[in-house]
Amino acid sequence: MNIVVCVKQVPDTWSDRTLRASDNTLDRAAADAEINELDTYAIEEGLRLAEAHGGEVTFVSMGPERALESIRKALSMGGDKAVHLVDDALHGSDALGTSAVLAAVIGQIGFDLVILGSESTDARTGVLPAMLAERLGVPQLSYASKVEIDGTTITINRQADYGYDRVEATLPAVVSVVEKINEPRYPSFKGIMASKKKPVQTMSVADTGIDQAQVGLDGAACEVVTFAKRPARQAGTVVADEGAGGTKAADFLVSRKFI
Amino acid sequence: MAEILVLADHEGETVKKVTLELVTLARRFGEAAVVWTGQGGEAAKDKLAEYGAAKVYIAQGSEYDDYVVAPKAELLAWLVGQRNPALVLLPSTAEGKEVGGRLAVKTGSGILTDVVGLSDDLTAEQLIFGGAINVSSKVRTGSPIIAIRPNAIVPEPAAGAAVVEPVDITISDQARQARVLERVVQQRGARPELTEASIVVSGGRGVGSADNMALIEKLADSLGAAVGASRAVTDAGWYPHQFQVGQTGKTVSPQLYVAVGISGAIQHRAGMQTSKTIMVVNKDPEAPIFELADFGVVGDLFKVVPQLVEEIGKRTS
Repeated sequence: MNIVVCVKQVPDTWSDRTLRASDNTLDRAAADAEINELDTYAIEEGLRLAEAHGGEVTFVSMGPERALESIRKALSMGGDKAVHLVDDALHGSDALGTSAVLAAVIGQIGFDLVILGSESTDARTGVLPAMLAERLGVPQLSYASKVEIDGTTITINRQADYGYDRVEATLPAVVSVVEKINEPRYPSFKGIMASKKKPVQTMSVADTGIDQAQVGLDGAACEVVTFAKRPARQAGTVVADEGAGGTKAADFLVSRKFI
Repeated sequence: MAEILVLADHEGETVKKVTLELVTLARRFGEAAVVWTGQGGEAAKDKLAEYGAAKVYIAQGSEYDDYVVAPKAELLAWLVGQRNPALVLLPSTAEGKEVGGRLAVKTGSGILTDVVGLSDDLTAEQLIFGGAINVSSKVRTGSPIIAIRPNAIVPEPAAGAAVVEPVDITISDQARQARVLERVVQQRGARPELTEASIVVSGGRGVGSADNMALIEKLADSLGAAVGASRAVTDAGWYPHQFQVGQTGKTVSPQLYVAVGISGAIQHRAGMQTSKTIMVVNKDPEAPIFELADFGVVGDLFKVVPQLVEEIGKRTS
């Protein structure tokens, strides 16, 4: 089974994330970078499925030079090889452009299963899994909290507000995962050493066959017009409970007309 | 006047609040045309009329519920082709965004998600990085597809004709690939849905156990609120995963958010800090959640919360 896992490098949630004033895109230099947290669950699921059913795991990442760190981290957890989609022309791409090039690359690699995190912690659009399924013309099995494969039949639990749906499809398919699905492994020392020898192929937009006009800031179907830091919330009232804390809280709710 | 397509979010014939929010918003830009999939549209049309829907497209085939997302996107793409709407509005829920994503690929239109406001020239307001930054964005290609965050718009009644127009298109085999075998409902009690609720009461690590989450539920019920949980709680298995509020869970912006026993790590704040009013109960005065509090009580939640529940009971009876 050919498993492709998408990996995105994002700014660390704990660092001070902002946009660049020059072109309103993510300021990657301002923040520490890390692997998108939900992608680590996608990696783990890909590795487990390959261990259980046999096959090869290929990581695909689109991002600047620095994204190689995240690719190496993924390879240190396991897997066989990676493709790094790196091209200045991709800077500022929106989800439409990103999904177009990723679908092209994944199509070239060949796949039975594409796995990715259900959203990234930076853009948080949550649209990429659906867009990839649409572009690749394969079933969309998103928000999976459980994945089972039997021959070419794949069944997932699709997490929803009311509980979950059991959803079935025939491979190949796109799966996106939620963090309930597994517990990602830590890279072992051996894994880290081995990752350095695993092949990472570099690709440009031209290599994907996608028209450059479809990607990047100029090709994006949406644009950020302006941005501004939100003012901090005004400091509120904090009281220590000396026996009447609950009553005071109720007083507050009355004053704001909640009760 | 141009049509504005609004994808209805509904449970059977019950219209979800976010749908009325979208209809209210749509009226500002043209004729609100609701797109209703599956059953219940006829019964719901009066409600939609009350909020000013001019039209209701009803596509009542079972395929919209039997297969994941794709049939809805196909239906919307067909309507976009037929009606050339000025705008397509969707709820910014997991499913709404996915429908929008597929629609964007089909029509080549831009999509903006998690939008909290829309100006007359269709500039969309978004809050990014856990509510730290306000962003104004525009779609520059095609009929804009805009997913609106539930609770961001106040639904306002207005008379509408809600003329029903049945739509019967053949959904392709391509859109029937991910088949729903079974729906497993794990709801707890008759509480409002987390992302739609006006009031949310959430429990964190300080609650201490699955059993103690009953205390959070009790407070929630006294306020007619939804129950949420921090990641510590869902990771520990004290409460189901779908109730997690935070960066890897739900983003909520209710009128009132009550955080009980939650320290307020950035993970959690990202999912709730745009709430209008925030109340905090925590024993640690240094907990960062107090920075967000309009009102905070430093104290033992096992003393403060039962007293609060009792006081709410007294004052509402």
